[in-house]
Amino acid sequence: MIEFDGIGHAYGERVVLHDVDLRLAERRVAFVGANGSGKSTLARMVNGLVRPSSGRVLVDGIDPARHGRKVRERVGFLFTNPDSQIVMPTAGEDVAFSLRGSGLSAQERARRAAAVLAEHNLDGYADHPAHHLSGGQKQLLALCSILVLEPDVLVCDEPTTLLDHRNTKHFVEVLAGLSQQVVLVTHDLDLLDGFDRVVVLDEGRVVADDLPEPALRFYRKLVG
Amino acid sequence: MNPLGLYQPGSSPLHRLGVGWKLLALLVLASGTFVLSSPVWLGVVVAAVALGFVVARIPLRRCWAAARGVLVIAAFLFLVQWWLIGLDQATVVGLRVIATLAAATLFTLTTRIDAIVAMLERRLAPLRRFGVRPGDVALLVGLMFQAVTTLTRIAGEVREAQRARGAERSVVAFAVPLLVRTVRHADELGEALAARGMGDR
Repeated sequence: MIEFDGIGHAYGERVVLHDVDLRLAERRVAFVGANGSGKSTLARMVNGLVRPSSGRVLVDGIDPARHGRKVRERVGFLFTNPDSQIVMPTAGEDVAFSLRGSGLSAQERARRAAAVLAEHNLDGYADHPAHHLSGGQKQLLALCSILVLEPDVLVCDEPTTLLDHRNTKHFVEVLAGLSQQVVLVTHDLDLLDGFDRVVVLDEGRVVADDLPEPALRFYRKLVG
Repeated sequence: MNPLGLYQPGSSPLHRLGVGWKLLALLVLASGTFVLSSPVWLGVVVAAVALGFVVARIPLRRCWAAARGVLVIAAFLFLVQWWLIGLDQATVVGLRVIATLAAATLFTLTTRIDAIVAMLERRLAPLRRFGVRPGDVALLVGLMFQAVTTLTRIAGEVREAQRARGAERSVVAFAVPLLVRTVRHADELGEALAARGMGDR
């Protein structure tokens, strides 16, 4: 359960979120809105990357602003650009990097990394330079590096913006098959089949919060 | 193209030699060129490094790419030194630069980055008791190599955009987007590291 309680946020003078109250218990939730609507900022509050100027966020009762580490252990975050998320030279090492500090031996880390990569059709790429993978493979690798930690929640910030149509489709399928609660930030409305709830943001306010169909109808009308 | 040269897979003796030994040899060679001041001996060192490329069976195409990078830098330094202090000294400096840069290139061509990172992690392990975290140092080195690749890619893309707008000669049209994109990349990288729990431990 992710709770936003009277959230307001400003970057300097620029107010990006006003008084947002949400309780997200559904398995598949999307934040939809135009650029600058505040949806990314809201998503970043879930794992404490951004602290709200006012109000409080709770993830299963824990406040990310105060207990960032504890929350980040259960919330994975996938960004738009895999190039800035992949920090190690090879795919296997990048996944294993997530497990450092887990107390596992190097062999066990490598074994788990290989298992996760194999699950997402990246077996055989463990020793492959990560930056030579295709765009779609890189985003899957970034996802593997998160999933290896078995989080309860996965927040994705426009994860398909840099992908082509085919890779986007594949990525959506992968996402649909995950057991985690997913919070997806997007302005690509085609990604939302099978979602339980869509929150539409506009200029920092929740303007619609409904099942995908009525929420998206509202959003389409909003953007004209 | 990566200015440091990318790993060229192979099974030559140079590929199989331990990373630690190669790094040590590179350090000795680099310091050696600063002890030597005879152009003849420096020439011998350059020839020895060139022989290394042959032993490592680096394809000619890669050799040429490496040589071009090294020679451009060496030629520039040579001309500046010639103008400032004279021909003899400039020759010595030029040969030193060629020897060290070529040897460093040979090192990266024959060594996997993850092998370097793993070696550092192993060698630094005893320093744990002084508060050094080998994992962090290894991450730093990994990120450094990643930064070279990323900056090269960004510079290439910026240059393309510049050409598309017909602004090849404008320094501003190159420097400003390069800087902006580099800073943005650093921001995103920092955010991603934070999200992955770096700094939490």
